[in-house]
Amino acid sequence: MARIRLYDICHGRSGDKGDTANVGIIVRKPEYYDLIRERLTAEVVKAHFGEMVLGKVERFELPNLGALNFLLHKALGGGGTRSLKNDAQGKTLAAALLRMELEVPAERAAEIRTDSRKERQEHRERAD
Amino acid sequence: MKDRIRIASGQGFWGDLPSAPLDQATRGPIDYLVLDYLAEVTMSILRKQMRRDPALGYAKDLVPLMRSLLPLMRERGFRMVTNGGGVNPRACAAAILAEAKKHGQKGFKVGVVTGDDILDRIDGFVSQGIPLANMETGEPVTTVRERLESANIYFGAAPIVEALRQGADVVITGRTTDTGLTLAPMIHEFGWRFDDWDRLAAGTVAGHILECGGQASGGNFLGDWRSVPDLADIGFPIAEAHADGTVVITKHEGTGGLVSSATVKEQLLYEIGDPRTYITPDCIADFTSIRLDEVAPDRVRVHGVQGRPATDSYKVSMAYLDGYTAFGTLTYAWPEALEKAKAADGILRERLRKAGLEFEEVRTEYLGHSSSHGHLSTAGSEPEEVVLRIGVKGSDPAAIERFGMELAPLILTGPPSVTGFAGGRPKPSEVISYWPALIPKTAVTPTVEILEV
Repeated sequence: MARIRLYDICHGRSGDKGDTANVGIIVRKPEYYDLIRERLTAEVVKAHFGEMVLGKVERFELPNLGALNFLLHKALGGGGTRSLKNDAQGKTLAAALLRMELEVPAERAAEIRTDSRKERQEHRERAD
Repeated sequence: MKDRIRIASGQGFWGDLPSAPLDQATRGPIDYLVLDYLAEVTMSILRKQMRRDPALGYAKDLVPLMRSLLPLMRERGFRMVTNGGGVNPRACAAAILAEAKKHGQKGFKVGVVTGDDILDRIDGFVSQGIPLANMETGEPVTTVRERLESANIYFGAAPIVEALRQGADVVITGRTTDTGLTLAPMIHEFGWRFDDWDRLAAGTVAGHILECGGQASGGNFLGDWRSVPDLADIGFPIAEAHADGTVVITKHEGTGGLVSSATVKEQLLYEIGDPRTYITPDCIADFTSIRLDEVAPDRVRVHGVQGRPATDSYKVSMAYLDGYTAFGTLTYAWPEALEKAKAADGILRERLRKAGLEFEEVRTEYLGHSSSHGHLSTAGSEPEEVVLRIGVKGSDPAAIERFGMELAPLILTGPPSVTGFAGGRPKPSEVISYWPALIPKTAVTPTVEILEV
């Protein structure tokens, strides 16, 4: 087994509705969807955020977009205008979830690393 | 009847990129320019402005913007829809009409949608047995009645469609759903029925993609931010809508930014709850039915969207005064930056306690260390420098004011190598909290008026 970061295989965006943050996680390639659907359960996400999320975590599936949507209840210090947090609207919470590490078979991890190396290489070429 | 229209997003919030509306109007063909100005907090800011001056209470930037847009609208043949009317759509329309007169735009029509403001009708609704209970807590509105600052219904596309039908060149609304601004031109141009749920849902999805402006065309894109070309010249998104409900999301040729499946997906996931049940006044859209195809560079086709009948309620957004807050920051440099920031926080809290001050909440964050990702980000090495950020909240403005006086003294009476105290003492600012509620659609009716030069 080897570790990968969720960021290697997913991207996402987060925002707020009152004191609830929504975190949308999207796979970079369709073949990763089963992996996150299996592994990224509401319980796993709740445990990852720990004290940052005081309420429950709900999960919704969007197989058509290769995405999962999470609602993190009581995660924004009262929410919107009344929150004392610098990130009162939960804008950085998608990235916080993408920090998560996943254990996958070593072979799979090697493939994923090659893919994201290739992607980085392409960025550099496009930037040049 | 047209078979295809191009609807351009020119503003995702009040304060968005000032060049975007004119870029949308001039850098390629469009049929409609849609400007979304209203976040929840904007409504209460506008109400405060209107209390000071009854002629204000709308997005003031619209008037100088109209000066540039008016001649272009006739010349290039597009119409405009905006919720920039805020809490005073009539005053906004009057100001725009005055501009049109000045420009000699004979026959120019401004449509105004009102009726969303129910602040003066709350007691009447309560006595009719409409509790306007908080959707999150279930408490009745009477709990905060005395402190209410604003109360506005989210209307959908219907009143805008009516204004367009009556020939409005510009439609000014108060609190309208962001999605309704984009959906309305499609209903009007394609003659969609108000129970054609799949098409209404398709237009609603397009509205959701457009409602945050550049966030659909490469802005705030976590997928692959390095690969987005020329964000300095970002092209805002355009929905090319077809009569059958198919929409192509694109942007003007030659602009920066990026429209790809990935940028559109991120925006689709933004601020949604249960994706099968995206509720607007117009319909319920099922986001799990959306199909995306990249048909060409910077062109993403959105199709297959399914909808269900609208509910029988409108959402009401009320705002009430909920105490005061103040924030202050200090920057601690190497050595022992974090340790010193923590010590300073302890000293400040001790002084606030000794002064006998009470707060509902005192929150300390360490910017550069853990303010965004909390315990998830603290495993790394000692930060070279850290910004101590302290916020307080409470009902007593005097206590909040005193907090502001205690921050600067830390520079000379706390841990060393501290700087970054600019802008004077933190001042108390009013906290506006939100009270989301539902109201039966039968209890209120939007009003549509047409003013003509």
